[in-house]
Amino acid sequence: MGDLTRLTAAELAAKVHSREVSAVEVAQAHLDRIAAVDGRVHAFLHVDAEGALAAARAVDEALDSGEAPASPLAGVPLALKDVFATRDMPTTCGSKILDGWVPPYDATVTRRLREAGVVILGKTNMDEFAMGSSTENSAYGPTRNPWDLDRIPGGSGGGSSAALAAFEAPLAIGTDTGGSIRQPGAVTGTVGAKPTYGGVSRYGLVAFSSSLDQGGPCGRTVLDTALLHEVIAGHDPLDSTSIDAPVPPVVAAAREGAAGDLTGVRVGVVREFAGEGYQPGVLAAFHAAVEQLRALGAEIVEVSCPHFTYALPAYYLIAPSECSSNLARFDAMRYGLRVGDDGSRSAEDVMALTREAGFGPEVKRRIMIGTYALSSGYYDAYYGQAQKVRTLISRDFAAAFERVDVLVSPTTPTTAFRIGERVDDPMAMYLSDLCTIPANLAGNAAMSVPCGLAEEDGLPVGLQIMAPAMRDHRMYRVAAAYEVARDAGAGRFADRAPELGA
Amino acid sequence: MTATAELMDYADVVARFDPVLGLEVHVELSTATKMFCGCANVFGGEPNSRVCPTCLGLPGALPVVNGKAVESAIRIGLALNCQIAEWCRFARKNYFYPDMPKNFQTSQYDEPIAYDGYLDVVLEDGEIFRVGIERAHMEEDTGKSLHVGGATGRIHGAEHSLLDYNRAGVPLIEIVTKPIVGAGERAPEVARAYVTALRDLLRALDVSDVRMDQGSLRCDANVSLMPKGAEEFGTRSETKNVNSLRSVERAVRYEMCRQGAVLAAGGTVVQETRHFDEATGSTSSGRRKETAEDYRYFPEPDLVPIAPAREWVEQLRTTLPELPWERRRRAQEEWGLSDAELRDLVNAGALELVAETVEAGAAPGEARSWWVSYLAQQANVRGVELGDLEITPAQVARVIALVAEGTLTNKLARQVVDGVLDGEGEPDEVVEKRGLKVVSDDSALLAAIDEALAANADVAEKIRSGKVAAAGAIVGAVMKATKGQADAKRVRELVLERCGQG
Ligand SMILES: [Zn+2]
Repeated sequence: MGDLTRLTAAELAAKVHSREVSAVEVAQAHLDRIAAVDGRVHAFLHVDAEGALAAARAVDEALDSGEAPASPLAGVPLALKDVFATRDMPTTCGSKILDGWVPPYDATVTRRLREAGVVILGKTNMDEFAMGSSTENSAYGPTRNPWDLDRIPGGSGGGSSAALAAFEAPLAIGTDTGGSIRQPGAVTGTVGAKPTYGGVSRYGLVAFSSSLDQGGPCGRTVLDTALLHEVIAGHDPLDSTSIDAPVPPVVAAAREGAAGDLTGVRVGVVREFAGEGYQPGVLAAFHAAVEQLRALGAEIVEVSCPHFTYALPAYYLIAPSECSSNLARFDAMRYGLRVGDDGSRSAEDVMALTREAGFGPEVKRRIMIGTYALSSGYYDAYYGQAQKVRTLISRDFAAAFERVDVLVSPTTPTTAFRIGERVDDPMAMYLSDLCTIPANLAGNAAMSVPCGLAEEDGLPVGLQIMAPAMRDHRMYRVAAAYEVARDAGAGRFADRAPELGA
Repeated sequence: MTATAELMDYADVVARFDPVLGLEVHVELSTATKMFCGCANVFGGEPNSRVCPTCLGLPGALPVVNGKAVESAIRIGLALNCQIAEWCRFARKNYFYPDMPKNFQTSQYDEPIAYDGYLDVVLEDGEIFRVGIERAHMEEDTGKSLHVGGATGRIHGAEHSLLDYNRAGVPLIEIVTKPIVGAGERAPEVARAYVTALRDLLRALDVSDVRMDQGSLRCDANVSLMPKGAEEFGTRSETKNVNSLRSVERAVRYEMCRQGAVLAAGGTVVQETRHFDEATGSTSSGRRKETAEDYRYFPEPDLVPIAPAREWVEQLRTTLPELPWERRRRAQEEWGLSDAELRDLVNAGALELVAETVEAGAAPGEARSWWVSYLAQQANVRGVELGDLEITPAQVARVIALVAEGTLTNKLARQVVDGVLDGEGEPDEVVEKRGLKVVSDDSALLAAIDEALAANADVAEKIRSGKVAAAGAIVGAVMKATKGQADAKRVRELVLERCGQG
């Protein structure tokens, strides 16, 4: 049978659908892998072996009775970021304030995965309420990067990306508010896509910053990521910001790209994302990737997006503002942690004590920044001004996409840093998302695909590809073409990670 | 010092000061479902039985706007002669309170759906006073807190509190007047007339139950005084918990007298929330706002803007019912009422009730007489508004029909009405159960008459000798014997006949 955990989702699906292996065997292989390595990686906050095997069994029974697979990914296991509501598993968002909370409902993404026959293995670790770039802000301890266990796996979706890189799951779901899918993808050598805002329903995704949050697919290959993208995307009447339009044809685009021809595709290199603060090995790998795209037939153009420089400060006003409001509901009245309710204290005191004990320092920092930025007298100077920057960034994108089909940049300025290295320096931490934030502010699509290893530390580097809104398929085509060229003669990128041993 | 000692005589207040009013009316819409979710919108019920992830504010849940509520808001705006916004948004009003599930209220801030209108209200003497409408905006209601223990029933001093979220998310329209100036000594009357007119209008629009006793229509009264002739408004108080039309008038009057006393004594009026006490007719200070409340409003990112198409707005304009004042003019003509009679009817809040009673088949004169006399008296005794009596116009019409066909006397009819008001069922059932039918069987009456004549031989002799006035005593005896269920006129005829005087 070989090692099932080394296969791609597409390969696993083919084997399960042809009945060469059972979905239960596939699920069990991944559960075994989790049992063997997750003690060191800590990608998962909760593993639901029983639920996963039951879901796999249901897929097997349906296939055995002659039914067509519920989706191209029926029977394939997946790791779900712990920010999506699941009615059969806790949903903690990496926070003590939601310790043990089991929602009474499924997120739309969760429901679509179940309906597609995807086998949910468990919930993955994350920075508390998705606030962070290293997964060190999880209240349940950090996740470690399978490429180097002393290093961070990125964040906030470090658990999902680490699970992929450690072969604990072939697919994962993340959320991307400022780069939380793409930056972990980059530093763990995996693929992650942030669909167009509104492309994937946010219903049941515990909000950090409503106007920026976007759930999306993660995988070890571009095709796997595209297959997952199509399973979770599409209009949802429960999310008012969900786009009522056909899902962009990302799977077809990934297959087209895999033919290795990018003739006629115009690729813009963002001039602003280079220079000081960028690790030389990252820039070298990025430039090599751009040359690879040129070799595949793409036309390479340098493009200036002058307002991208203001994206980071604008983001750190908008996201905290929205989070200060979104996180107000955690008040001990209805669910979650309750501290100090000994009969002697007022509701207000219990709320305050609970929030003091339940939120970690980064969450508190952002709630305070956001509360300040929205205060009367400061609103125009901060939140209002940031919204203007947002408009300017959208205009930069619009102007750039007049000239090119996709934009590229490094996903993140550096490779994975060491655990603890930036915990006391929020500004250094925030710079991890320098290149990824503009796409969140403008709402267009963007993804990260591995583009080699940095010379100085041998760690993965990510190539970011950005596409216009609802043109997600463009980036998949470019990513798939690049992936084929990258791996030609070298084997799969993910297999270059050091063996964790079992 | 008692509260009354701090009041200025009303005549002195209006001699020295000009009152300025601002009325904020909250109306619960009678849509089938709540504002942002599919839960049923019904008053009361088992606590927390009509809730879902959205109206409980569970993590991850999202709102979807109720289109019917938007339609009602636009119709209300049109009926109040407002402009309807071409584009508007919801906003979050952030503050912590246990009965507010998200700790922010989804409301509208600087972009209300309707703005700049007016409502003409008719005062008791027929004078028309125009009240300017600042805005009408959409928002959601909060849940309800029940504070157990403590003296005041408020959160402070309570031993514990119970929360019911059935009302959370019920659609509300908040209608805010422009400052009402120039009402002078008639300010309390104007306030009452305005809320009455608004209630009638909303009832005619069929958008709300408008029951002040159940809180589907709630009024907050802002009152301030300025020295006669001054132009700058004084500091205002905001009186909440004003739960009847009569209370609106009393609360405004009380506040004028209280503030007059404060100002006359050289004091300053404190800007604060005050609570109206129905029992004492006085207001008391709520918790002092140490600092101005900062709600940190910002546009609701979970909802998309509302841009009602002009054609739709115009189409809704055609659905507006006859406006109450037009309605009154028509009723006056059709029912042949004098100005005074119409005014009594309107002041009693009986116009629509009479109209519906007439529609159900009753003669206008009879219908009017029932509502303005006996039923008005019953409403007073039972301490409810006329329209909140537990009797429908159709039931009143049936009682009138029973009198007309001779089944009931007027006296019996009042007993039937009592039965209906006491929940004994339909008029016919009450007649049956209480055995209230007129004894119209002559033979039964004759038996009673003969018995009475025999028992009162001296009286019988007087009648026989031509003193017909003496018949009254026999009629009385017969009525007593038949427990009032005989038609006295018929009894008299039969008595005279029996004594040879017919
Ligand atoms: Zn609901």
